[in-house]
Amino acid sequence: MTAPLHEPTAKAAPSPVAEAAPGAVDEAAAVGGDTGPVQGRSPARIAWERLKRDRLALTGGAVILALIVIAVLAPVISNLVGQDPDVFHEDRIDPLFGTPKGSLGGISGEHLLGVEPVNGRDIFARILHGARISLLVGFLSALVAVVLGTVLGIVAGFFGGWVDAAISRVMDGLLAFPQLLFIIALVSVMPNDMLGMTGSSVRVFVMILVIGFFGWPYIGRVVRGQTLSMREREYVEAARALGAGRLHILAKELLPNLVAPIVVYTTMMIPTNILTEAALSFLGVGVKPPTASWGQMLSNAIDYYDSDPLYMIVPGVAIFTTVLAFNLFGDGVRDALDPKSSR
Amino acid sequence: MTIPDTSTAVSERPAGASTAPRPFLDVRDLRVHFPTDDGLVKSVDGLSFQLEKGRTLGIVGESGSGKSVTSLGIMGLHTTGQYGRRKARISGEIWLDGTELLSAGPEHVRGLRGRRMAMIFQDPLSALHPYYTIGRQIVEAYRIHHDVDRKTARKRAVEMLDRVGIPQPDKRVDAYPHEFSGGMRQRAMIAMSLVNNPELLIADEPTTALDVTVQAQILDLVLDLQKEFGSAVIVITHDLGVVAELADDILVMYAGRCVERGPAERVFHEPRHPYTWGLLGSMPRLDREQRDRLVPVDGSPPSLINLPSGCAFNPRCPYADVPKDDVTRTIRPEPTEVGDRHWAACHLTREQRERIWTEEIAPRL
Repeated sequence: MTAPLHEPTAKAAPSPVAEAAPGAVDEAAAVGGDTGPVQGRSPARIAWERLKRDRLALTGGAVILALIVIAVLAPVISNLVGQDPDVFHEDRIDPLFGTPKGSLGGISGEHLLGVEPVNGRDIFARILHGARISLLVGFLSALVAVVLGTVLGIVAGFFGGWVDAAISRVMDGLLAFPQLLFIIALVSVMPNDMLGMTGSSVRVFVMILVIGFFGWPYIGRVVRGQTLSMREREYVEAARALGAGRLHILAKELLPNLVAPIVVYTTMMIPTNILTEAALSFLGVGVKPPTASWGQMLSNAIDYYDSDPLYMIVPGVAIFTTVLAFNLFGDGVRDALDPKSSR
Repeated sequence: MTIPDTSTAVSERPAGASTAPRPFLDVRDLRVHFPTDDGLVKSVDGLSFQLEKGRTLGIVGESGSGKSVTSLGIMGLHTTGQYGRRKARISGEIWLDGTELLSAGPEHVRGLRGRRMAMIFQDPLSALHPYYTIGRQIVEAYRIHHDVDRKTARKRAVEMLDRVGIPQPDKRVDAYPHEFSGGMRQRAMIAMSLVNNPELLIADEPTTALDVTVQAQILDLVLDLQKEFGSAVIVITHDLGVVAELADDILVMYAGRCVERGPAERVFHEPRHPYTWGLLGSMPRLDREQRDRLVPVDGSPPSLINLPSGCAFNPRCPYADVPKDDVTRTIRPEPTEVGDRHWAACHLTREQRERIWTEEIAPRL
């Protein structure tokens, strides 16, 4: 009999309960347990529980996690398969046409996804290393945009007046700015080395800054709008009525309500930035050759679309999968954070 | 976060105020005007009243009569909240325990908010932050004005929840606002407002969002707490039934002005203003002798941008033609004493008022 074990915890449990069927013992323990019948769930926990039920979002999240692991471990993985992204394999190339020997772009046990035409670099290794560039630019430029957008959006929404007018006009201006043309122009006048960086590092650094800089107005507008509506809420007024100061209201009353839109916009912004990076590299103003990038691979593959279609398909699928995964995950996060959505 | 306690030095009475001490709350000629694209909205236009500690003042009036703006003005919140970035123009004097609030700096007034004067809002669901637990919000409210650690503040929060009648306060303290019922939320709101023992409590329509059965409980609670803490309470409502139960004094507002003010007893039993008659006539009562239709006040509240000249109530007043020389349409009536501590702003003479009340109004109520 387990009854004696429960005597100390179940403070008011009458003995009939303890003597009843074994199932009832659990109930007695639950009633007397220190968690109690009332347990509040925090908004973050509610959102997490909703997200857990969304299979598409979870799949997206899993793919993103896998991509991050791949990007971080790219050198390790390519070493494991015995390939280097920069080594030429001219022996694998048909000298007459410049295309890989064998079917399907030269897929073999050695080169899992075949080799590039002409140079014969291993595509698998280059895809792995391309993931690094894509995610690095995607995440860091989103970070730049989120930090700028959140700070300036909150300031504009909260303080209003001429501050709001100034920031809003800057946002309007940036949104109307031909971003792509600007970057293309910028890259053509950019020095080859700066701040101790050379070659592709400079390009990546500049891309992160520029994409982030042109991206912040999107998130800035959302945050500003949200701040405007939040600061009119009665609980903000109630906080003021209790004597709360500006800083307290900004940090404790407004910011928690901005977390949801910021998270959602960030997850939506990352795939857009990855696409922008791919587009820039495709146009030849992004990452410079020996460094691998998906967009650049696609660009090179154009010339071989009929003779070596796989060379085009592989980076295309990589970009597609990544963007899709982020979008699915972003949708799921948005649904999970929005108490009004029901699925 | 903590705020340096600068208020004690300033809140002492000025040296010359020893003769005839000021009432605890003394509002003089308060005007709150909002400039808009359409013109100047005179939400409150020359309002004066006094309130002592331990007393309850009921402010009654229709929507847009300036009740809420008055309370926001006292709290120094008239430039925020639902009025947005609109710069309100406020003038007059608001004396709280010897300190004039309108000339005091905003930081000083902020130090008083919550600690010496607090507010209960109409809808507790929207006035409580959805993101934090009830306890966390009370803790924050306490720690704004008291330099204590979280543990002490939490103890205080549990104590306050217990005091306002929330069962299992030590467990409910960790619940979120959405997990509370409407009545419990309002109790929690009251606990939050009273956590710093304010001497002035403004309740802006505290029961409007609640079930009728819960309303009475909340009103009882406010009364109990007032007795316990001895604070001054202002209850703002459009519901005469609420003030009948609570208030010692009643102030009837119309178009941003006071039309009648006096002890509750007198305002209910010997009202001296046609607008108050109209309000009483439109109120459902169980003790009514004749159970015929309620009599509404004809017309609608005037535009606060273009107030009718003379008495603002004249277009709706059935007795507007009783005084001679069209005076109701040309001269704005000032509040005159019509009894002991009882004022009314009306051009009707004492005889006319008493005749109309006893012959026409009282028999119908």
